[in-house]
Amino acid sequence: MNASVIIFYILSAFILGAALLAVTTRKIFRSAIFLLFTLISTAALFFWMGVEFIAAVQIIIYVGGIVVLIIFSIFLTQKSGEEMPKPLRNRSLFSVLALLFGFAFTYHLMYEYRFDQPAPHLFDVKVADIGTQMLSTTEHGFVLPFEVVSILLLASMIGCIVIAMKIKPAGENQG
Amino acid sequence: MNEISITQILFVSTALFFIGMYGLFTRRNMITMLMSIEIILNSVNINFVAFNKYLYPGKLDGVFFAIFIITIAAAEAAMAIAIIINLYRSHHSIDVEDADEMKY
Amino acid sequence: MGPYYFVLFVPLLPLLSFCILGLFGRKYIKTMSGTLGVISICISALLSLYTAYQYFFIDGKVNGIYQHIIALKHTWLQFSPGVSIDMGILLDPISVMMIVIVSFISLMVHIFSLGYMKGEERFATYYAFLSLFTFSMLGLVLSSNIFQIYIFWELVGISSFLLIGFYFDKPSAVSASNKAFIVTRFADFGFLIGILILAFYSGTLDFGTLIQRLTSAGSSPFFEIHSATFLGVSMLTWGLGLVFIGGAGKSAMFPLHIWLPDAMEGPTPVSALIHAATMVVAGVFLVARLFPLFSIDLTVLQIVTWVGAFSALFAAVVACTQTDIKRILAFSTMSQIGFMMFSLGVSKYGGESGLGYTGSMFHLFTHAFFKSLLFLGAGAIIHFAHSNDIRELGGLRKLMPVTHMSFLIACLAIAGVPPFSGFFSKEDILMAAYQSNKLIYAIAVLTSALTAFYMFRLYYSVFWKRDIHPHDKTHEEGTVSMKLPLIILATCTAFAGFVPVSSWVTSDGVPLPSHIDAGFSVFPVLMALTGIGLATYLYKTQNSRPQLIKSAFGSLYRTAYRKFYIDELYLFVTRKIIFNGIGRPAAWFDKNIIDGFMNGLATTTAKISGLIKGLQSGKVQNYALYFFGGIIGLAVLFIYLMK
Repeated sequence: MNASVIIFYILSAFILGAALLAVTTRKIFRSAIFLLFTLISTAALFFWMGVEFIAAVQIIIYVGGIVVLIIFSIFLTQKSGEEMPKPLRNRSLFSVLALLFGFAFTYHLMYEYRFDQPAPHLFDVKVADIGTQMLSTTEHGFVLPFEVVSILLLASMIGCIVIAMKIKPAGENQG
Repeated sequence: MNEISITQILFVSTALFFIGMYGLFTRRNMITMLMSIEIILNSVNINFVAFNKYLYPGKLDGVFFAIFIITIAAAEAAMAIAIIINLYRSHHSIDVEDADEMKY
Repeated sequence: MGPYYFVLFVPLLPLLSFCILGLFGRKYIKTMSGTLGVISICISALLSLYTAYQYFFIDGKVNGIYQHIIALKHTWLQFSPGVSIDMGILLDPISVMMIVIVSFISLMVHIFSLGYMKGEERFATYYAFLSLFTFSMLGLVLSSNIFQIYIFWELVGISSFLLIGFYFDKPSAVSASNKAFIVTRFADFGFLIGILILAFYSGTLDFGTLIQRLTSAGSSPFFEIHSATFLGVSMLTWGLGLVFIGGAGKSAMFPLHIWLPDAMEGPTPVSALIHAATMVVAGVFLVARLFPLFSIDLTVLQIVTWVGAFSALFAAVVACTQTDIKRILAFSTMSQIGFMMFSLGVSKYGGESGLGYTGSMFHLFTHAFFKSLLFLGAGAIIHFAHSNDIRELGGLRKLMPVTHMSFLIACLAIAGVPPFSGFFSKEDILMAAYQSNKLIYAIAVLTSALTAFYMFRLYYSVFWKRDIHPHDKTHEEGTVSMKLPLIILATCTAFAGFVPVSSWVTSDGVPLPSHIDAGFSVFPVLMALTGIGLATYLYKTQNSRPQLIKSAFGSLYRTAYRKFYIDELYLFVTRKIIFNGIGRPAAWFDKNIIDGFMNGLATTTAKISGLIKGLQSGKVQNYALYFFGGIIGLAVLFIYLMK
């Protein structure tokens, strides 16, 4: 029982607890903040697993971008202090049952499988390696997905602007 | 670190996944549904990185997948917000029960 | 195509006239329709007379026996190699005699209607229907195939329906035509089953072949039809009995006679044609056509005899009490047809013992003339005096001389007074009855006496009874077109008795010498004269003797006046028993169980679809749940159950 194990357990408890609160709380702003906590704990888990770069990217994009975006949209669409309506009783019951069953099933599969560990190799992720492999055109290169994702980002930017644009009525231009 | 087996990490990610699904099924607000989707995506990320670390330590594929997933999740969240705002303009409510026009 | 191919035109000309008048008469031809109808029937009648001349005098006889000549034959529907419905024309003594009668009487009625129906709005339609009827009846008598006769049988029924209900705005006429059609249709059901039985056992529908197969004593159809029994009675009796039921319906024999008195709602010339001379004898004609078969089955012959005799007596009794001219004549028709029927019943096949057959056919011939004359005379009386009731009429002999003389001649003929035609034909019938069954003979003589009595009751009530001065005449007796047929028919009635029918029409085709047995005839003629005398005593002048007799008979009189309550019995049986016992439960079953089942199927389908419809509620989270449930299900299925 060394420190990393204890840290892992604390981190996982934090992740799961924050996520649970995020999906069950009645006030929307608190839900957003609990989401924030979940995401930061996940970044911490990444740190613990040794992939610092992913953790950094997680914090920058998820926490700094998406959660802010969500909070903005909450402010745009409703009063954030009010309580949200309760979910339908039938639905929550059925979904809990289904999900518990699904979780048990999946975990049982995983437990039975007994992943065999290969020869221990040092897991060292250097940012320079990530960069080179991202832009290389050789067999393990990811330059094609990189380019495709950039086009996707462009398309989604334009799409968001078009969808969220307000169409001005025709007579207002002269005035 | 060797004392934590992959199964334990997978336990965490699976539990997170199903918590996210619970939120997706149960929450009436569209924005909280979006938050649940982000939780699901995060669980998948943890999964990828764990597999990469424990089963294929010499390669970096899992890490790359995690990067791409984060990127695409950002784009998708933006799109979803745009749609929600558009829907809010016509329905004046972001309750998902009110957006049921596609029925019989 | 033999030498008699022109016989095809005899029924075809009236059919053509029907088509032209039916399609164009109302709008384009209008009052010329009558002339067109008369011309086509006239040509048809002349062709029939020519056929009769050709057949009886020139080449009908081969080796002394009148042949059954098939003039035309065309295979219409082939069911199996042996059984087919052919359309053909059969010429034998009775069919040739019938085409002469039908076309001639129809011609008289057409001419009479020119005057009687003048001013009628649906003049062209009337003539169209008359032509249709003439075509149907001619087709019926010329049929060579038992199914063909059934087709024309039904056509005759339709024509009768159309003509009885001609004044369709009178509810009584409509219900009378319905009644006639329904009663005869009901009888035709029996006829059809009889046809099927006979066709099944003999393997053919053609008359000649059918009769030949079922009467040749050694052949297998003969054996089969006699040995097969149903409820203890042989199939031949069943088949012929059912065919006779069909004939009895059309000929208004008891108990299927109820439609005939009501059928008098039609125009009077129609009654003269259909319900006196032609359609009602179709049943007699049918029995005569199948007579070789009837003659080998004694049970059916007994039925025919007793039904005929009973109908004759029954109708005569009822006719004595009726007060409507046309109804008296209707019951008189029923009575005379009863004569024809029992005469066939007491006859045997071949030679001298076939006298009943000859007598029946001879009576059919003479009856056509005097009965249609009586009806046309009644039409003239009704047209002149605008009343049907004999209690209101009287003293018309000075106002309608032509009608008076012809009516008197007809009454003498029907009473059987020599030398008028009725005497000769009744002679033969009574002789045949005397030779085979004395009880039938006694009934026949009694009925003849009653016939004389009620006919002269009618005659005196209309033409004598009270005095009217000639200058009381309000209008003319009738047009030439109404008087001419009366004169022609009166002449025929007077002299038709001298036509040597027995040398032409016999049961087996061999001519019989006609004989008059003077000693035998004395008793019937005496009975007839007694009847006439009684009628003279009671009715010639207005007195109270009939009233005394009526009150003396009391309830018996009343029962006879109400036609023995047969109509009420039929209504009771149909309304209370059939409608309530069979009709209502069947309707309940149909409405609640069958319809209920169908509606139940539809409602259940709608409910199920409503439930399924609820799955597409538009709520995305439900969709997501179903999706997830499906994934879990499939995963469990594939991983665990399909290892």
